[in-house]
Amino acid sequence: MTRFVLRRIATMAPILLAISFAVFWAANRIAKPGYDIAINPRVSPAARAAYLESLGLNEPLPLRYLRWLGDFVTGDLGTSLVRNGSDVWPIVRTALANTLVLVGTAVVLSLALGIAVGTVSAVRRNTFADYAMATFSFAGISIPVFWLGLMLQLFFGLYLANWLGVTPPLLPTAGLYSPGRQGFDLVDRIRHLALPTMTLSLQLIAVYSRYMRASLLDVMTSDHIRVARGKGLAERTVVIRHGVRNALIPVTTQAAVDIGQLVGGLIVTELVFQYPGMGRLFVDAMTGGDYPMLLATTMIIAAAVITMNLAADLFYGVLDPRIRRGSG
Amino acid sequence: MAAAEALSAERPAALAWRRFARRRVALVSLAILVGVVLVTVGAELLAPYPQGRTHATDVLANPGRDYLLGTDTLGRDTLSQLLYAGRVTLAVGVSVALLATFGGTLIGMVAGYVGGSVDSVLMRLTDTLLALPALMVVMMGARMLGDSIFDVVLVLSLLGWMAVARIIRGKVLSLREMEFVASARAMGAGTWRVMFRHLLPNLVGEIAVAVSLATAAAILTESVLSFLGFGVSQVDTPTWGNMLGGNEGFMTVAPWLVIPPGMAIAVTVLCVNFVGDGLRDALDVRGDGHSRSSRRLSSRGASTGLRR
Repeated sequence: MTRFVLRRIATMAPILLAISFAVFWAANRIAKPGYDIAINPRVSPAARAAYLESLGLNEPLPLRYLRWLGDFVTGDLGTSLVRNGSDVWPIVRTALANTLVLVGTAVVLSLALGIAVGTVSAVRRNTFADYAMATFSFAGISIPVFWLGLMLQLFFGLYLANWLGVTPPLLPTAGLYSPGRQGFDLVDRIRHLALPTMTLSLQLIAVYSRYMRASLLDVMTSDHIRVARGKGLAERTVVIRHGVRNALIPVTTQAAVDIGQLVGGLIVTELVFQYPGMGRLFVDAMTGGDYPMLLATTMIIAAAVITMNLAADLFYGVLDPRIRRGSG
Repeated sequence: MAAAEALSAERPAALAWRRFARRRVALVSLAILVGVVLVTVGAELLAPYPQGRTHATDVLANPGRDYLLGTDTLGRDTLSQLLYAGRVTLAVGVSVALLATFGGTLIGMVAGYVGGSVDSVLMRLTDTLLALPALMVVMMGARMLGDSIFDVVLVLSLLGWMAVARIIRGKVLSLREMEFVASARAMGAGTWRVMFRHLLPNLVGEIAVAVSLATAAAILTESVLSFLGFGVSQVDTPTWGNMLGGNEGFMTVAPWLVIPPGMAIAVTVLCVNFVGDGLRDALDVRGDGHSRSSRRLSSRGASTGLRR
């Protein structure tokens, strides 16, 4: 087991290193640090050279990469170029926390509902209920997330509010808390989370219910289920105690991978709902040419994704000895 | 039924079509898709106004007799824009799907058939790219290239081949152990000949399903990119995604600007997905390359390949 874990971590390290270089290169291509100075005709060549040197931009890319990597792993993420030179890390930390709250809520909610829907579909396969849920799943993966968000905003923010005749809409359509609100107010936070969570969950429920259905159908053909039935257990007990418990493994592992992917994949939802998370920070940094911020967000998102992939792999290996033997 | 199918000397294509046609959802979806393609390709004939024609006196007009779906902030007819935009969106989706499937098939075949260190290098690359947050990488790539249709197609294709490569590789791994491959090799067929004359025909089902699912994914990704302003330029080339992106701010006063393009995307992608699902059943293709279990199975295959 220890060998398996070490092996997995050892294969991850070079990938992370390669990605960090790719990120550095790409961020330089996108944000073009020093570009505005370099093309400004009113800056003398000497002043230009001095400026570039003061930022360390006169050095070749690989050298700058190594310097940045050293700073990054020691926790120095630099200062933002557009936010009055404030430190990058506190901003990223707040955004990361906001994103994790949203991702966590959506994934937990979707897992619960997806598992329930998938179990019912598998138990009643090829009935009307199964087909109806399959159609719902197809709709879930086909509707563009940003459009669903816009439609929910229209519905809850405008039509429903108008129809009910209430002035502040039933559910807030943007932001993290109501304007002017001081301190932490749980109800207010939950109300603001409602629409983004709904937007994300539709797709996740669609995916999880399909996984759960396939996984449970797969488990139900295995020998231990026949044994359980042979013992004369009630079908309900067989399905829940012996079927669902085993079928959960691939679904929950997928959810772990999703948490990583969603830290960087919330871009659309966060922009539509003006939710101050990592995705929005990344887009702002990219469009604003905020080079230190862009490097920090991309690298942290990539690291989160890869770490969660690793966690899922390890988790899977712990639960399923066959995997451990296969790759270890 | 199964015995009759096995005994009849029906051509594989005819058999597949018969099985496909048995699924009503897939058939209806195919009909809708054909309809969407026809009306968008025939936009010149069907659209009430030419592409990009502005009407300065009818800005943000309500849907009515002159403009069935209203007009936008420049007084452009939403219905006409929708038809012209659909053509671009579909073209991008299909081109990306074809290019990505071509690349993925090639890489998957080489990795699966050649094996050894070639396989492990290619699959390491595939896994690394699959492990990255997809939308973020696509956005950075789009930012580095540009906002023409070709740039968007290039970015989406370069970052869309991995799932196909995995599926094809998995299938090739099992195919290459079969007798017909051994006999082809015994008759002196080289690596490329075995791959293209003997393996490729057996991958037609996987490839067809991959193209359809990749089309759905590409249409969605393109619309997200264009919605965010990182995709096809909003200035002169309408797509369903950038119609939404450009008009999002006027959603509350002019909902006719955001509801039709989104509906168009959703319906088209839904139909493509249903057709893909129908193809999967008709061509007897298993595994979608995304599920955990198939991922596990193929990575187990990778390690056995390494040991060999």
